[in-house]
Amino acid sequence: MDPKVQKVAEVWERDTAIVEGVDISGPWNRMFGQRVIWDYTPDLIQEIAQLPGAESFAWCYQCGKCVPVCPVDVVGDYGPRKLYRRAQTGINLLESPDLWLCTTCANCLRVCPKQVDMVQIMPAAREQAMLTGRAIPAELQEALENTAKYGNPLGQPARKREAWVKEAGVPVPILHQIQRPVEWLWWVECYPSYHPRGIDASIALARIFHALGLDFAILGREEKCAGDSQRLAGERGLFEMLAEENIRTLSKYEFQHIVVTDPHALNAFRKHYPKLGGQYDVWHYTTLLARELPRLQPLLTRSLPYRVTFHDPCYLGRHNGEYDAPRLLLQALPGVEFVEMLRCRENSYCCGGGGGGMWLDSFAAGHQRRRLSEERVLEAASTGADTLVVCCPYEVSRFEDAVKSTGVEGRLRVRDIAELLAEAMGLIGEGTA
Amino acid sequence: MTIVVVMEQVPDVVEELVIAPSGTDLDRDAVSYVINEYDDHALEEALLLAEATGDEVVAVGIDTTGELDQALYTALAKGARRAIKVTGDFEGAWLSTRAAAQLLVPVIKELDPRLVLTGVQAPDDLDGQLAPTLSALLGWPHASVVISSEIADGVVRARKELWAGITMTLELELPAVLGVQAARQAPRYVPISRVRQVMREASIETREVEPVGDLAPSLMRLRFPAETSQAEMLTGNASEIADRLIELLRARGLL
Amino acid sequence: MSQRITVLVEHLEGQPTDVTFELLGLARRIAKTNGAAVEALLFGETVRHLAQTLPADRVVMVEHPLLRYLAPEATAITLTTLLRTDPPWLVLIPNTSLGMDVAAWVAATLDWPLIAYCEALEQHDGQLVATAQLFGGKILADVKLEDRPTVISALAGTFATDALPPAPPGTIEHRDPPAELAALRTRSVVLERPEAADVDITRAEKIVAVGRGIESKDNLELAEQVAEALGAVLAASRPLVDAGWLPRSRQVGKSGLKVKPKLYFALGISGAPEHLEGMKDAELIIAVNKDPKAPIFSVADYGVVADLFEVAEALLERLEG
Repeated sequence: MDPKVQKVAEVWERDTAIVEGVDISGPWNRMFGQRVIWDYTPDLIQEIAQLPGAESFAWCYQCGKCVPVCPVDVVGDYGPRKLYRRAQTGINLLESPDLWLCTTCANCLRVCPKQVDMVQIMPAAREQAMLTGRAIPAELQEALENTAKYGNPLGQPARKREAWVKEAGVPVPILHQIQRPVEWLWWVECYPSYHPRGIDASIALARIFHALGLDFAILGREEKCAGDSQRLAGERGLFEMLAEENIRTLSKYEFQHIVVTDPHALNAFRKHYPKLGGQYDVWHYTTLLARELPRLQPLLTRSLPYRVTFHDPCYLGRHNGEYDAPRLLLQALPGVEFVEMLRCRENSYCCGGGGGGMWLDSFAAGHQRRRLSEERVLEAASTGADTLVVCCPYEVSRFEDAVKSTGVEGRLRVRDIAELLAEAMGLIGEGTA
Repeated sequence: MTIVVVMEQVPDVVEELVIAPSGTDLDRDAVSYVINEYDDHALEEALLLAEATGDEVVAVGIDTTGELDQALYTALAKGARRAIKVTGDFEGAWLSTRAAAQLLVPVIKELDPRLVLTGVQAPDDLDGQLAPTLSALLGWPHASVVISSEIADGVVRARKELWAGITMTLELELPAVLGVQAARQAPRYVPISRVRQVMREASIETREVEPVGDLAPSLMRLRFPAETSQAEMLTGNASEIADRLIELLRARGLL
Repeated sequence: MSQRITVLVEHLEGQPTDVTFELLGLARRIAKTNGAAVEALLFGETVRHLAQTLPADRVVMVEHPLLRYLAPEATAITLTTLLRTDPPWLVLIPNTSLGMDVAAWVAATLDWPLIAYCEALEQHDGQLVATAQLFGGKILADVKLEDRPTVISALAGTFATDALPPAPPGTIEHRDPPAELAALRTRSVVLERPEAADVDITRAEKIVAVGRGIESKDNLELAEQVAEALGAVLAASRPLVDAGWLPRSRQVGKSGLKVKPKLYFALGISGAPEHLEGMKDAELIIAVNKDPKAPIFSVADYGVVADLFEVAEALLERLEG
């Protein structure tokens, strides 16, 4: 260290110090003068904190509570506290890989005494990086371009969005065909419409709705991605464009409530569509089915000999407060033994897919010891469960890949809660839908 | 100085294509349009050139669909300074390359650029590629299948790809025309919020033109390729398929 | 217009490319039914030696230093000058990187019709019909040839070279280079060949080739393992090379290399026409793709519609186990 650098500017020590009649003269009355901290600048912190929505970045007082609960830190070197500290030491978040590693799972916010809100900071910072022409990971770019072009991140034709309906085996009414009011508009979302394992769950859910006699319909090809994860990945403009189109489409039809498959869509409809003029009564399908349990229970006739554990989706649990509905449904399944993972409910781990992580898989894997999904799957396997139950469409493919890559294949299966319910109702077989 | 990028809308081949009852065109109502992917690369290359030289990039397109604005606004958001839309009575028509070139030539001449870039080919250019056609009509030198370029001392140095990693680097006097196969770097991303901002602040210029006659070759019919799949399809689960493949390779002495 | 079919000879510094003989073969077949003559236009710096090897009724040769590499401007001007003086019935130009620079330029300059991406040229009811591949090979366009000189830009690797008679002792004529060559606006042309590649995929007996379906760079490792277990080399389609995941020397297709291995195992390659051009002559083609409509299945011997990762892993287990 440079010997000229002093820790303190001045030292005061009174020769005689008497406080309330007590003589405290001596080195313990020593005081240190204020020092101007010149070796760290607040500039990079301010560069983030001045962005609308990212103000709380500057509130961090480095207590470090966020680090041990951060799912990214568990497999790497991360945590909001570290981002602040790195900005202090000259690392520009806008140019750092750190910018793309946060999954906006919100576990840090849960414990933060200063309300430093990465769920708002990250999208703002990412948008700023995009607006200032900084490179974004190619896989994310492709997903965003696909969403803008096709209305889904997979780059699938819009017309194919309703193709799965033909395999459903039960009538799945599509609003542009039936042209009548319905009670429930089922917002299927992208992965449940296009991804093979997502389609399995959609078919299961369609059969359950049908068996319950629910008055429902889907939008089919008119539905576009609700856009929440794109928003969190920094594409506010794309989100607004999708939301405006979706709101316009929804305004053409009469329905009473929306039921969504995807917790990210739930989050968008609950928290962000209202600001753009879209006010709806929105339910996650587990919430709806849990409410329908009195009618559902008698239909659960088959005993399922599974030991299951459940992964709370961040955007259903921490973000929208629903922890009980999926558990009520699991406990209603005859024969099923339910075990919790250590990290569950409010402190649930994250699958890595949120906040754009779904489209940053290779990028993130390059900065982590193992994927978040792999960490989670190992935790699930360690409970002795043979089935990892999920209720967010991002998770099935992420966890199934992780099951293969971590070598627990054959010991652990990943299934949507709808698949288990439909199986117990005898609506689908034991394999998939 | 000016660099012109010509951007074409083409049917998206990701979507299912339907042949119209006439048999000589696609069912244009069932088509969704995208910007020709090579034109995106041409735009990127133009922006990279302009960043080095201070030139002004002008994006030019023929609006055959009424949907060109979005692409031009995106070009502006990425860094083009001006965008020009050529309009006329040809909406929904399948413009031949020759006809498109004839419509574009006066607009390009008016802009007096030192370089014109466009995509090396398009999915629908039955009568040949736009870059060499424009070059012929403008009387300017050109090169196609370009994978990098640089402007220096009154010339453009363009590297074109032949095959097997062999390249040809040409020095062309300006003005010149390039058909771009790939930009030096992947086309940049521009967030939609920037595009929307540009839509509020910038405007697209319009050039109304008279349509030219039908210059396309005498198309008899469009058809889908015959199902020539001589492939024997193997079915079953992954293990069964793997077994079958091993068997096949063994039988042919490949294992 | 005479009943003459003219073929532009493509070569690289005096080495003729395969497509030259493919187009001469095509010209001869049409000429036979129509009683036309086949003419080869041979441009270059010193290409005399080549003239003897071309199976044409007449070889017209123009030699000039500026024609050495068949660079766009010089070639197009020379070709246009010859065609204008004595228009043939058909002009066949390869739809390659060199030919693409010339065909549309010549046709537009002469105001002759051009049919690009031609994959078939056949007689139908007494009429010659050209078939062009459009929309990424998803649609074919049949075009009736008009009764006037027409330029055909023909796909490489599509027409047969077999059934070619041995080079006949056709006439060889020299023409003077056009005066315009003195005023070219192309200042210089430099040809660069790649440095010796790590692997020569054109000599490989077995190739495992990967395409977009591999999804991410990380997944290449799996493909590499499969290749290694099969004793094959790893190759790729253009998008992966463009993304920088594999070097250019591994690229199969029109702008990459043409391969003819004993085994071509395609993982996640949909089969754009440009790719098929580079590999369809492989002895055994096995293709794995999620999309049952992937054009790769049109050239494959065996097809698998499945998740390539599952198949690759199952295969690897057996090969390594």
